[in-house]
Amino acid sequence: MAEIILDKVTKRYPDGALAVSDVDIQIADGEFVILVGPSGCGKSTTLNMIAGLEDITSGELRIDGDRVNDRAPKDRDIAMVFQSYALYPHMSVRENMAFPLRLAKVDKKVVQQKVEEAARILDLTQHLDRKPGNLSGGQRQRVAMGRAIVRSPKAFLMDEPLSNLDAKLRVQMRTSVSKLQRRLGTTTVYVTHDQTEAMTLGDRVVVMRGGHVQQIGSPQFLYEQPVNLFVAGFIGSPSMNFLPAGLEDGRLRTPLGDFPLTDRIRRLLEGGSAPREVIMGLRPEHFEDARLVDEPGAAFTATVEVLESMGSDKYAYFAVEGEAAMAAELEELAAESGTAEMADGGSQIVSRLSAASDAREGAELSVWFDPDKIHLFDPSDGRTLTYVE
Amino acid sequence: MTTATRPGVRARWTLIDIVVVVYALVPVLWILSLSFKTKETLTDKSFIPTEWTFQNYVDIFSTNEFPRALVNSIGIALIATLIAVVLGTMAAYAIARLDFPGKRALVGVSLLIAMFPQVSLVTPLFEVERSLGLFDTWPGLILPYITFALPLAIYTLSAFFREIPWELEKAAKMDGATPAQAFRRVIAPLAAPGVFTTAILVFIFCWNDFLFAISLTSTTASRTVPAALSFFQGSSQFEDPTGTVSAAAVVITIPIILFVLFFQRRIVAGLTSGAVKG
Amino acid sequence: MSGKELSEGKKAERRLGLWLCAPAALVMLAVTAYPIVYSIWLSLQRYDLRFPAERQFVWFENYVTVLTNSYWWTAFGVTSLITAVSVAIELVLGMALALVMHRTLVMKGLVRTVALIPYGIVTVVAAFSWRYAWDENTGYLTDLFGATAPLTDRAAALGIITLAEVWKTVPFMALLLMAGLALVPDDLLRAASMDGATPWQRFTKVILPVMKPAILVALLFRTLDAFRIFDNIFVLTSGAQETGSVSMQTYNNLIRGLNLGIGSTMSVLIFIAVALLAFVFVKVFGAAAPGSDDGGKR
Repeated sequence: MAEIILDKVTKRYPDGALAVSDVDIQIADGEFVILVGPSGCGKSTTLNMIAGLEDITSGELRIDGDRVNDRAPKDRDIAMVFQSYALYPHMSVRENMAFPLRLAKVDKKVVQQKVEEAARILDLTQHLDRKPGNLSGGQRQRVAMGRAIVRSPKAFLMDEPLSNLDAKLRVQMRTSVSKLQRRLGTTTVYVTHDQTEAMTLGDRVVVMRGGHVQQIGSPQFLYEQPVNLFVAGFIGSPSMNFLPAGLEDGRLRTPLGDFPLTDRIRRLLEGGSAPREVIMGLRPEHFEDARLVDEPGAAFTATVEVLESMGSDKYAYFAVEGEAAMAAELEELAAESGTAEMADGGSQIVSRLSAASDAREGAELSVWFDPDKIHLFDPSDGRTLTYVE
Repeated sequence: MTTATRPGVRARWTLIDIVVVVYALVPVLWILSLSFKTKETLTDKSFIPTEWTFQNYVDIFSTNEFPRALVNSIGIALIATLIAVVLGTMAAYAIARLDFPGKRALVGVSLLIAMFPQVSLVTPLFEVERSLGLFDTWPGLILPYITFALPLAIYTLSAFFREIPWELEKAAKMDGATPAQAFRRVIAPLAAPGVFTTAILVFIFCWNDFLFAISLTSTTASRTVPAALSFFQGSSQFEDPTGTVSAAAVVITIPIILFVLFFQRRIVAGLTSGAVKG
Repeated sequence: MSGKELSEGKKAERRLGLWLCAPAALVMLAVTAYPIVYSIWLSLQRYDLRFPAERQFVWFENYVTVLTNSYWWTAFGVTSLITAVSVAIELVLGMALALVMHRTLVMKGLVRTVALIPYGIVTVVAAFSWRYAWDENTGYLTDLFGATAPLTDRAAALGIITLAEVWKTVPFMALLLMAGLALVPDDLLRAASMDGATPWQRFTKVILPVMKPAILVALLFRTLDAFRIFDNIFVLTSGAQETGSVSMQTYNNLIRGLNLGIGSTMSVLIFIAVALLAFVFVKVFGAAAPGSDDGGKR
């Protein structure tokens, strides 16, 4: 078990491309940390540098206080689970799991015992003598986990270990990975592009973009206090809605109407109260069918374009007239999720309403939202204006 | 598919398959038949021997020429295969796995050689080998065989190597293996089938050669069977060599038939692996 | 780019790559590059091993001799004819065999195994089989077709040479094409059926266009290979009745005539002809040279 520290770690490829830039992360002993971000954000490169599979161009990587930049992977005592599982196809499950112990010249009896124990934990006992080619995706994934845990390494590195599983199995395995990590208490660094995985698994989440760390924090903290448009849009599902807005005399002029700012937000904006253009962000879950709410707040009326009933709640989609919010971060997010939204110029709002709502497609609906829950961002650099120090 | 069960379709495919089998086998069966004919029935023009004999086989093995040529063929083909596969494996690994200057040039050169008219090399090689004392020796044939087998070996092997999931190498490193251990215990077992397949293809190539064999040899010291066949005169000068040539031809066809029977899948995979890229 | 400096790991990788390739590259260059240059040098000399004293530098005299010689042009014509006809037949039969091997519902393993025999068999062996089959004394085929000594008749002999060549190389062609066939997704064919295409239309409108790169590569390989034809002619006719190929001519000048100057000239001319053929294929038909991708990692 170990503490892992990345100190201004940078990766620059020979062709000059900067893959990871000045990354500072302190991972405490036993912590479960998630690196999340869109493809090409540098999360896998960072993981490979911790593993020793890629050279660190500059900066320092310390495990338990020792600088390990120049140590070969085998001398770092770290186990890794790969996206493709990387099981050795010519070895049985037993041989696969025993391989790291054999290389470490562990006594045969001990190997046997450790492999069987790991197989029991992972429910692989009856598959021990099969070849990986004959296993299902979920079983292969468990063998990969087994190979990592048998030798009780200082840390686990996991590179999108669940992304090759189908949706249902992925949710199941998510829970077992989480349980396993808690049970073993081993420091774990986990890479994923899936924000749901990041939110549900990690003690702390590191959001990366373009080789830079955007924000580090607990899932709840990232959700409540995103430092910029990118984090705000990346964390949470469905994503946060963004609308262009104007700030003037303590009021917010938005395509949904004009609203007074709440006291809390006005205080946060202190000093930056000059009239200006901003981007307003509002999460789908902070809307509600106005008919079901007594509390004070803001409201607007719009036509429901699409209604998706999830059983537990309803997602209602509204079209909003006028310009869509524009920022580099938002374009990147849209490209990542494959939704170049609303070709006709307006923007779309997703709201998550209570199942009791009687919203109907094509009908007008009066929608309430809590103006104290809004986020405001500077369109020029995407930074939040409503950060709680 | 539902059509698969229709009897008419099965019958049609069976018929087509029989045509293919006949096409491929008739010339082979014919030479086999000739090799078993007696001297008296050799000219009866019957496809199936009317009188059977092993005399032709006894005859060729009692000459000096044939056993010597067979030893030459086997020795030269095996040595050339071994060297070409070792050198080809090294180069193909580098091409498939490593980044280094001149990689494209190497691929280009080997492609050029693969398409090169071998006869263009015969004249200069004849002269060069004469002056180096390599003419009519084993190395004199092994060298050009290696050269022309290398493009085939590099091409086939790099296609195989590209298929190997190299993440396994990383996994082995993470599992605590040194680079040498990762190669020996993970990569080598996975590469072995490709190397073996390539060895078969290269051997067939060397075994098959006639142009170099007949141009760069002059005595039985290094003449291989294909070249020796064209010098066969029968056991006595007045005899028609048809029976003995046929018997010798059958003998050198046996290894090919064995390869094809046992390694059909591998040979097909090897020959198509490079082409799949398209 | 600012990052000109290579890391230690990168440098080690480059070194290893070069070392691993060096032996193969050296052998290939030593056995081809030097002789080619030497061959050009020889082709500019009068050099006959029977009259070594008369060796002298004569510039392009040998080229004039060869290119004004009717035997050379006959051989060139024969080679071109056999190449064109046999490759054309091979393409058709090869495609048919590829379809059979790819689609047959019964005995697939057997068909694939048996089809490999012509590919693997020693060309000289197959050539002897054909020679004896068409021989007026021993051949079952001469009687079957009522022919008398077909190998001594020029047209018949050329036909038999082409037949032997085609028989031997159809399976190779078929394997190359089968690799292309495997690239045609089944869903594409199902979609075409749903769109109302007949089997023939599926073949010409879907399969052939998708396979085009594979077909071009197969044609390129086979054409260049067919142009080198030697073994079959040597055994079947020894080039008698004007059935010799350019390779036969070169061999005869070298081994039978011991005329290195003329032999080298022919070598160079064949090399140029093959290079032109390859150039035409790559430029005009756009055949992608196989293996021309980067093929590395990442």
